[in-house]
Amino acid sequence: MSIDAHPGLPEFDYIKPTTLKEASDFLIAHAGEARPLMGGTDIFVRMRSGGWNDKYLVDVKCLEGMNDISYDPHKGLSIGAAVNMNRVIASREVQDNYALLLQAASSVASYQLRTRATIVGNICNASPAGDTIGACILLGGVLHVHGNGGIRQEPIKTFFKGPGETLLRTGDIVTSIHFPVPEEGARGVYIKLGRNKASDLSIVGVTVFGYPDVNVPSGYRIRLALASVAPLPLVVDQVEAILTETSIDEDRLMLAAEAAMHACTPIDDVRASARYRKVMTRNLSFNALKVVWKDLKKL
Amino acid sequence: MAFHRITFNVNGELEQADVPSNMTLLKMLRENLALTGTKNGCAEGECGACTVLMNGEPVNSCLVLAVECDGAEIVTVEGLAHDERLDAVQQTIIDAGGVQCGFCTPGILISARALLDRNPQPSEEDIRIALVGNLCRCTGYVRIIQGVQEAARI
Ligand code: FES
Ligand code: FES
Repeated sequence: MSIDAHPGLPEFDYIKPTTLKEASDFLIAHAGEARPLMGGTDIFVRMRSGGWNDKYLVDVKCLEGMNDISYDPHKGLSIGAAVNMNRVIASREVQDNYALLLQAASSVASYQLRTRATIVGNICNASPAGDTIGACILLGGVLHVHGNGGIRQEPIKTFFKGPGETLLRTGDIVTSIHFPVPEEGARGVYIKLGRNKASDLSIVGVTVFGYPDVNVPSGYRIRLALASVAPLPLVVDQVEAILTETSIDEDRLMLAAEAAMHACTPIDDVRASARYRKVMTRNLSFNALKVVWKDLKKL
Repeated sequence: MAFHRITFNVNGELEQADVPSNMTLLKMLRENLALTGTKNGCAEGECGACTVLMNGEPVNSCLVLAVECDGAEIVTVEGLAHDERLDAVQQTIIDAGGVQCGFCTPGILISARALLDRNPQPSEEDIRIALVGNLCRCTGYVRIIQGVQEAARI
């Protein structure tokens, strides 16, 4: 008899295919009862709480290319789907060229969880609270997906359809995520509000990314994405518009922050009330915009 | 439900086991191998009481399947001491008074060992960040952190 104080995992069969094709075929043949397994940081929690009840977990972590991370000064960064977040954070190339991604990944849970958690997993779960999603969208991330018809590409910006819902179809396996080389002089920041200083899911997450752009009146292009305050990760297009139209000062930043507040549609939950989230969206958006704008001005 | 024959290394010993698909590494350690130093606090990756080293890196063993450990090297708190001598950080955390009920201690020790292995001279902030995933309801953390600082000094 088990003496676990916590419910164990429900029964399932663990499957470990050796090729992508085999994995996709298995997922298609068992549509609705099989799920790809990456780090398991979300799956096992949801299985224990009874939400998910798949008959098969298909371990795709060891398939070809899934564990590679590479950078090319012309093509950009490519991160295999199974590369864990600690490896991303420790990568020299990420530190030098994608500081925003590094900062967002560092804010996820704890060191031991990040040994298993992956950027791609964070995206595929499509949690509106995903800490790295804002950075992945604003950095122009594109997923490479292996499916029935071969490999296709999905930009992250248009990847989400609802909480937990994405454009992925049965049999699809995300193999990697790619980022172009960031614009010259680009700066970014991720500000996360959790119930405690670290490790918690976000109550509000604000990602801001900007770079100098001589083609717009303000001289800067600055974008903002929000987590945890809408059913989907949200890019507030008005922020970009407000901050390109005319020269930027603190009033202008506040106007943009207010646009972010009006664009979001948070809910009440155990972490915070909707009203609090709205107000904090404005305040943290202002702070994040100011950090990036000040950094850009130093250039 | 399928069973899988796996071979792995625990605390320097080669082990073989037949495990069901849904068995976690935590459960295998505690119930099959009687390595009960590793604790089950939350079973959802929040508390860190179940932290062990898997191929040299700390993981929450409540969120790892036993079958995923085929070919892996696992170190639990029982594997930290060598030749009847405690690991440096075990001794310094005891000396600092960083143990009260002791439930969090095995996980803390593993996280601390892993930190010192990758960063032998951590700042206080580095230590706090490395232990974010290890909750302690007794000590208030101060003495635990002092213990890790002391281990880094010696
Ligand atoms: S028991 Fe694994 S993190 Fe709490
Ligand atoms: S000593 Fe009791 S939980 Fe840490």
